[in-house]
Amino acid sequence: MSEELYKQMAQSIIDGDSDLSIELAKKSIELNMHPLETITNGFVVGVNYIGDQFGAGEAFLPELVMAGEAMKAAVAVLEPELLKLGEAREIMGRVVLATVEGDIHEIGKTLVGTMLSASGFEVTDLGVDQPADKIIGKALEIDAHIIGMSALLTTTMVRQREVIEELDKEGLRPRIKVMVGGAPITRDWFQKIKADGYSEDAVGAVKVAKELVGKADQ
Amino acid sequence: MQPKLTLLSDEIIARILDEAYQLLMKPGIKVQNTEARELLAAAGAVIDTETHVAQIPASLVHKALETVPREFHLYDYDGNPAVHYGGDSVHFDPGSSGITILNPETLEHDTTETEHLIRLLKVAEQLPQYDAQSTAVICHDVPKEIQDSYRLYLVLLHSKKPIVTGAFTNKTVQEMIDMLAIFAGSKEAAREKPRAIFDVCPAPPLIWSNFGAGNLIALARAGVPAEIVSVPLSGAAAPVTMLGTVTQHTAECFAGIVIHQLAHAGSPIVWGGAAAIFDMRKGATPMGAVETAMLDCSYAQVAKTLGMPTHTYLGATDSKLVDAQAGLESGISAMVGALSGINMISGSGMLDFLACHSAEKLVMDAEGIAMAKRMIGGVKLHTDTLATGFYDDKINFKGGDFLKQKITMQLFREEQHLPSSVIDRDSTRAWKAAGSLDAFGRAKLRVKELLASYKRPELDTEKEIRLHNYILELSKKAGAHELPFLEDFQPA
Repeated sequence: MSEELYKQMAQSIIDGDSDLSIELAKKSIELNMHPLETITNGFVVGVNYIGDQFGAGEAFLPELVMAGEAMKAAVAVLEPELLKLGEAREIMGRVVLATVEGDIHEIGKTLVGTMLSASGFEVTDLGVDQPADKIIGKALEIDAHIIGMSALLTTTMVRQREVIEELDKEGLRPRIKVMVGGAPITRDWFQKIKADGYSEDAVGAVKVAKELVGKADQ
Repeated sequence: MQPKLTLLSDEIIARILDEAYQLLMKPGIKVQNTEARELLAAAGAVIDTETHVAQIPASLVHKALETVPREFHLYDYDGNPAVHYGGDSVHFDPGSSGITILNPETLEHDTTETEHLIRLLKVAEQLPQYDAQSTAVICHDVPKEIQDSYRLYLVLLHSKKPIVTGAFTNKTVQEMIDMLAIFAGSKEAAREKPRAIFDVCPAPPLIWSNFGAGNLIALARAGVPAEIVSVPLSGAAAPVTMLGTVTQHTAECFAGIVIHQLAHAGSPIVWGGAAAIFDMRKGATPMGAVETAMLDCSYAQVAKTLGMPTHTYLGATDSKLVDAQAGLESGISAMVGALSGINMISGSGMLDFLACHSAEKLVMDAEGIAMAKRMIGGVKLHTDTLATGFYDDKINFKGGDFLKQKITMQLFREEQHLPSSVIDRDSTRAWKAAGSLDAFGRAKLRVKELLASYKRPELDTEKEIRLHNYILELSKKAGAHELPFLEDFQPA
């Protein structure tokens, strides 16, 4: 019974069907299924599948985003149940995301946020045009494990270095790890500014984030 | 709404038709086939017994145009209609009868043999952009007498798609009709659901050769579709002006249709060609010239006025390599052909004035064809409102808002053509990581993938054996007791 339901759950994520994923999450509660197992054995399977498909060029951005949204919707239904049980879904890590100061591009960063959330990270997305002190302030406030910074312009990518230098000055690294991304960001740049991780795309960013929090195998 | 390209006014088309009728009477059409002359004479044409020039009155053309089918289908192996000749339907197939193939490693133009035709068939079979296969190259490793039939044999064994083919003698066209009947089950079945169409060429200016006219008659009687491939060359074998060339093309097609319909009224025939300009510096016949595409667009417009199904030769290049010239000539001319609403556009994969074929070019041309087909798909109305319906309460003025909409997922594939890996849309980093390849390099990889993924279709074993025995007999008569080894087909 639950096997069949797990399959439907995974499929609802693959289809990006939030209505169905919510309905299935509610059904699992009625059936007294354990919410954590429901997430892990059902919905997460779908997210992982679509992520792999995207990486292989078989799935496309709208599918990836819709899957992420359907995942978020299902988890939102199940989280109160977890709390009732006195449990919480194990958070992979807390992440602050932002596009750096002077830059208003955010499609890529938003995608990273969606994928990280879908993969079990708690994401606080500050939005665009965020100065270093606001990014660091929010990271301290929520006790973030990772700061993720995006920049689309060669003129604004230097801001990523400013944030890292500021963190180093305050002695906040390696407590807080830094991920960078964006169209002009290369491996050379990532090494030059001594960031902790970088990825070309949202699926890769999840892998990097997991490595940074020491959960690469999950 | 399918976007259309037209180059001629109604008034000019009327003048083309009028002068074409005049050409049929003066200077007339040279008909080098006895039976065709007899058919024409019996129907009222005046034949000069010495010069074999026939004066064909307009009334014969009018009568033929009354009986010729306005549309018909070609069918795949399973009997499904897969190609529609008629209206503004647009299909593409690889070019035919190449004599060399581009070796992707040495860049030499190698003489074509069995393995090369099979390579092209395997690639084209898996590309949905090609609605039909063609007998793409001549196999020089079998006796000349069986080369036409042998090409068709290889296509029948390796493909399920409809076939654009042709024969260089009257004898082989009969053999090929027999072969198609073996696969269809009977001659009646082959007529009922034709799998193949045969290109038949008049010789410019205004000549129907012995074998060309003979093939028209044989095909008409067998009920196997024929495709007139009139090849006027502006400035050499046709008037230098485009309108003069199109008028000569019209007269040649008229004469062909008359002979064909006199042999068997109601048999399917297509208004086609491989018109080209004549290059005055090199004495060449450039298939990639824009004027060549303009000639084809123009004669297709004439055909459509008469309600005839259409064919042309576009999507080819005169370059010797799969390079930038190949891309731009093939892409632009494929687009013109599609916008002209031409039912069958042959020529993809071909280099060097239709002499050389290339599997790598086939995969690259498939991308140009996909663009052309997307173009004629037009700008569609998918939603009740054009835009306002997209802005619901979830819109928060962020760039990614529309990525989250279900309708984006539902419609993006219809709105956007997703190209294969031949088209580079990677970031510079990803492109470098993949080897910094140019289009030809990526095409080579794609061909390797397609060759690896090809599986010969499952066909009726008994028919395969009959077909094999048929061609083996022909080969033995021609002095060769064994056929070349086929990797995917070894009859018991």
